Amino acid sequence: MATSVLSRQLSESGALVERHWQELNARRRLYTFLGLAFLVLTLFASLWFANDSNAGKFFDRLPHFFDFVGDLVPRDAMEIVRAMFDLPSPYDDGSFKYNYPDGRLYLTDSLYIPEYFHKMLETLNIAIFSTVVGVSFGFILSFLAARNLMPNPWIRGPVRRLMEILRAFPEVVIAGFFLAILSLGPIPAIAAVSIHTIGALGKLFFEVVENADMRPEEGLRAVGANWIERVWFGIVPQVLPNFTSYFLLRLEINVRASTIIGAVGGGGIGELLRLSIGQGHEAKTIAIVILLFTTIFAVDQFSAWLRRRLVGDQAFQLAQ
Amino acid sequence: MTASTKPSLLEMEAIAARHPHLLQSSSTKRLKAALIGIGVLLYMVFSWWFFSIGHVLANANWGIAGTYLADWVSYEVRPEIAIAADGTMAVSYARNSPLGSNPNPDWVTLEKKTVTRTIGAPAAPQAPKPKASSSFNFMAPNAALGGSQTAQAQNRMETRREEVAVRALITYDRSTNIEIADGLVKATHGGETLTMTVDGADAVTPQGPLPLWATQKRPGEKITLSFGLTGWAEVEGDEVSIRNRFFGWANFLFDTNSPFFGKAYGEVASLIVSGERIDPARSNLSLAWSNILYNAEWQHLDVWTKLLQTIVMAFVGTLFASLIAFPLCFLAARNITPNLFANQLAKRFFDFLRSVDMFIWALFFTRAFGPGPLAGISAIFFTDTGTLGKLYSEALENIDDKQREGVKSVGATPIAVQRFGVLPQVLPVIASQALYFWESNTRSATIIGAVGAGGIGLKLWEAMRTNSDWENVAYMVLLILMVVFIFDSISNACRSRLMGRKAH
Repeated sequence: MATSVLSRQLSESGALVERHWQELNARRRLYTFLGLAFLVLTLFASLWFANDSNAGKFFDRLPHFFDFVGDLVPRDAMEIVRAMFDLPSPYDDGSFKYNYPDGRLYLTDSLYIPEYFHKMLETLNIAIFSTVVGVSFGFILSFLAARNLMPNPWIRGPVRRLMEILRAFPEVVIAGFFLAILSLGPIPAIAAVSIHTIGALGKLFFEVVENADMRPEEGLRAVGANWIERVWFGIVPQVLPNFTSYFLLRLEINVRASTIIGAVGGGGIGELLRLSIGQGHEAKTIAIVILLFTTIFAVDQFSAWLRRRLVGDQAFQLAQ
Repeated sequence: MTASTKPSLLEMEAIAARHPHLLQSSSTKRLKAALIGIGVLLYMVFSWWFFSIGHVLANANWGIAGTYLADWVSYEVRPEIAIAADGTMAVSYARNSPLGSNPNPDWVTLEKKTVTRTIGAPAAPQAPKPKASSSFNFMAPNAALGGSQTAQAQNRMETRREEVAVRALITYDRSTNIEIADGLVKATHGGETLTMTVDGADAVTPQGPLPLWATQKRPGEKITLSFGLTGWAEVEGDEVSIRNRFFGWANFLFDTNSPFFGKAYGEVASLIVSGERIDPARSNLSLAWSNILYNAEWQHLDVWTKLLQTIVMAFVGTLFASLIAFPLCFLAARNITPNLFANQLAKRFFDFLRSVDMFIWALFFTRAFGPGPLAGISAIFFTDTGTLGKLYSEALENIDDKQREGVKSVGATPIAVQRFGVLPQVLPVIASQALYFWESNTRSATIIGAVGAGGIGLKLWEAMRTNSDWENVAYMVLLILMVVFIFDSISNACRSRLMGRKAH
């Protein structure tokens, strides 16, 4: 070994350092090895458990994996367009599979909104509305939770705990609870998404507020401004770009969330997608997936562009 | 602030005249703020109309919301007291009552009397004939319990001696009770007493005005008494339905079919440690354990299995996603692979995986693999390969080039350049983001489970849809919150070690 040859030429203290380094290195390797072994072991145990408790077994299902892709091929490519724009289908046999024009929402006698566009707009609107509600409450709560603006721990503590609870509570439970009280429809989804948003944004917001420059606030305090004036004129202008950036980031997340909540009973496009996949309506499924994909992609790109304009590359660091 | 430093009015005007742009914001800026405000307000009004929020909120069943919320942490015991026309009563409990098949709670006091009644073709002279509907209730299992039957073959008439209740006292709490005797129902709550006459058929008549806690829609119809958190009751002509609410989760360990049901903890412990075998085939400990696991109301084993599925879905999905995203992100990063076509291809691939949402992937894989955690794992794996790939490639594009050049300048191979010049810079970021997604996926795995992709989500959703198992919902939510909290702490601890103290 080259190192052992080298160490023979080293002085006594040098050899000591060398030996110490070798020991540390060996220990580090051992730890890495043990960590990796543990990870691999957990992984295989998990995979076995997942496979064992699944309805279909992985290796049994694998040969049929692309069967469902085959099920999704429509009878001709134009079917997708017809499904998306609610045009009558030549295959119409009175079944739900081809009844595209039934979903039309007529604005006037001849002008209509296709069903999926209407539902997509509804889902999008749920996302925007709940994000706006969440931002409004998160905005107010964040100043009460920030250490630099609210030195009183008896207010700060409960506000933070409240936000933690709102954030950690599964959205599906909130939606289910409101679904039991209100009727079916978009409002349980709105409630679930906004309540979660208040918690998530409140946390991000108060972290921004705590990092704000306190000199403008000090200046306002020196001329005798009250708490609201200090917050409004000293802090808000500083944090507004970051708040907007987080708002947009949350909007991206909420478009996805409102789709899922829709699927479990909150209305909107999610429910339609779940039904059409479950019933094997291939053209409808593909039309909805394309629409959903385009919307999510567009919202992501728009929000990324706006965030880059507002706060520069800072917006692209990891955020919750 | 001293008076000398305060500028006079004249000086202030002079300052304002010299720097007008500081004191007056431009009109476009003001207009913009106002327009944004008005726009948001208009949007809120529009959405209020679009979702008809006011209408839905007004039509909502808010009364039931309180009951559902109370169900999270409490349960009701529901004895039904049937009243016959002669004023006698019989108490029965629902089959799935949390008190078991043979309840005799100490908050229900019955005064019993043995009566002889004759059932036969002609009307019996000894006792008035009970109404058909209520005589059914006399035959209910617990009424037959103390009843002794002696059949007398006399004029083809069957005379039986029965023990019936003539007076019942139900105590809710210290200030609330209901007393039933002689066709009168006396309810006391908060110092007020309401007396109602029941005729054993279908009419209830209150004597005197109704207090605030009692409601009757039409004269003669049922009277609903609500005693707040301690329960409520319904008084009908031939029946009083008691709903007594108790705090806590009923039969959390042993269900009513278990031999350990209704025993104190000490008693159960001594049975397990030194008691005689209840089931000769196995020890009391294993019997108790399996009784807990297969508790019919709480289904502990099933809930725990489903929770483990959720955890496994998040863990395996995130691990695979980061393993696949890691090599691909080198392809997507501009500065590592200077090939524009490869960059764009990898980046659009990530965008595609991300934009076809986790929910759509979950639905597809549920079709492919059948419901279960495999579908959830695949959904998380596909989505997060996209998200992590994007984040990783951004991290790679932001690295410091000096280290890479240094390694390259001593003649290292391209692989060695990546290993020693690039990896040490991005590895903490990559590991920390994988950990963060592991943690957040534990949360999202719950929700995609509800569409059938395995895990606790579906169980949670089904428990909610029944509208009567809110205590099971509370139990599962508590378990989820605990798991999320534990993983949050682990992932935070790991991340702050990786990133130094910087990571939040």
